Amino acid sequence: MNAIVTVVGSDKVGIIARVSAFFAERNINIEDISQTVLSGNFVMMMMVDLSQSSKPLPLVKEELDALGEQMGVSISVMHEKVFSAMHRI
Amino acid sequence: MLFTPYEIKETVDMFLRYKLDIRAITLGISLLDCVSASGTETRRRMRDKILRVAGNLVKVGQEIEIEYGIPIINKRISVTPISLIAGASEDKNYTAYAQTLDEVARDLGIDFVGGYSALVQKGLTVGDERLIASIPEALASTERVCSSVNVATTKSGINMDAVRLMGQVIKDAAARTAQKDGLACAKLVVFCNAPEDNPFMAGAFHGPGEGESTLNVGVSGPGVVKAALENHRGASFDEIADVIKKTAFKITRMGQLVGMEAAKRLGVPFGILDLSLAPTPEVGDSVARILEETGLESAGTHGTTAALAMLTDMVKKGGVMASTHVGGLSGAFIPVSEDEGMVAAVRSGSLSLDKLEAMTTVCSVGLDMIAIPGDTSAATISAIIADEMAIGMVNGKTTAVRIIPVPGKKAGDWAEFGGLLGGTPIMPVHNFSSEAFIARGGRIPAPIHSFRN
Repeated sequence: MNAIVTVVGSDKVGIIARVSAFFAERNINIEDISQTVLSGNFVMMMMVDLSQSSKPLPLVKEELDALGEQMGVSISVMHEKVFSAMHRI
Repeated sequence: MLFTPYEIKETVDMFLRYKLDIRAITLGISLLDCVSASGTETRRRMRDKILRVAGNLVKVGQEIEIEYGIPIINKRISVTPISLIAGASEDKNYTAYAQTLDEVARDLGIDFVGGYSALVQKGLTVGDERLIASIPEALASTERVCSSVNVATTKSGINMDAVRLMGQVIKDAAARTAQKDGLACAKLVVFCNAPEDNPFMAGAFHGPGEGESTLNVGVSGPGVVKAALENHRGASFDEIADVIKKTAFKITRMGQLVGMEAAKRLGVPFGILDLSLAPTPEVGDSVARILEETGLESAGTHGTTAALAMLTDMVKKGGVMASTHVGGLSGAFIPVSEDEGMVAAVRSGSLSLDKLEAMTTVCSVGLDMIAIPGDTSAATISAIIADEMAIGMVNGKTTAVRIIPVPGKKAGDWAEFGGLLGGTPIMPVHNFSSEAFIARGGRIPAPIHSFRN
């Protein structure tokens, strides 16, 4: 499945590097990536392919939460279909 | 990127900041094939069937939560009204059926089971009478069972005998749970025009017109609507009506997605999507605060009914466009104890029972989670029900009463029900008697405009 990962928080060195490394270590491919500043917040968005992930999704989510906490940002993972349902007719 | 940063942030914020969730996935299960002449055998069949059909419900719900990143707050089941199931048996008291439902729900990790119900808008069968008589005991001796009684419809009028009975049932249910501020009454709804596919409690049941089993989904999200309106302060009603409609559309599409997926995984047909702005006692999850965001100082002041009418209608319009089948109650709920803003409005004196009654003419349900003094007479409660049923009957809409006469407490005291049910100051009722009115019994005939055939 494809998921959209969003990282929201204050901008700092190495956010993209650490999140990318996290996915690479788990064999999760990043299909698309972009970043911007919205209402004063750094927002990074990634579309990732979880189908070949070396770890099950619940564990990946748990570890991502921990990583977010370390970096002082909030990371969410949601199915790509949720965004399609809301924003594409 | 497939989506713009704004789109992504909007969706993520809905869940993380504004508490959007799937309030309930409710699996409706027909128990008609469980009927037998022996109550023991009927209950055994009920248990077996529910375990078989709903065995995976909680697991599927949790899987979807993780995969989609969407919280699903409650996993529930609704069943065929028990008066129809127990009627063939020799049992005189149906409490054991409620206890069976409670046990199965507990075993499956299901939050609530709805359907300890009877449909008596035109008359009472022996089974209906027995079920209604046992409601206080059934609700006091179970945790997860919810009960509802439909006493009126636009087509049939109001069964005033049943209305009279329900006043007494509500008093008895409160007395049996006096140490919990009459908690049993929070699990009991009296309906006019009850929908057969409502996924929300306490009023959910699997109507006799429904199929074998079906999955209905209830989506909430008052926080999202309020947040959307915050960006349009000072805008005209045309503009904010459109904002609500678009927001409702997006939320409903998400609910439809989850509903279809859950139904597929459970191997049952998808029934309906019910988009109802359903508040919780948490700050940021209030319908009253949406009404205030339209420009009212406090919910309940003049203008509240108009604001609620617009809100309910726009939620319905957005929802209808977004789902293949919209049903249930769809609109805005206005419970008092479950809504932090409503509680504040009662406390500040801006919201009265009479204004709430006016608001129910345009909300999607009715008088909901209202605490009244414990010494309110059964006849007064019945009269409150009769008024509410009349509003539903004449306007061709669903109305309901879920009211709690809190034992030993008086107007202004605090009643606490706990959890999602919240707590509220007790509201005063009119002290003039309705005894002779309720003592009449019989039926109030259906209104002239019900003859549309």
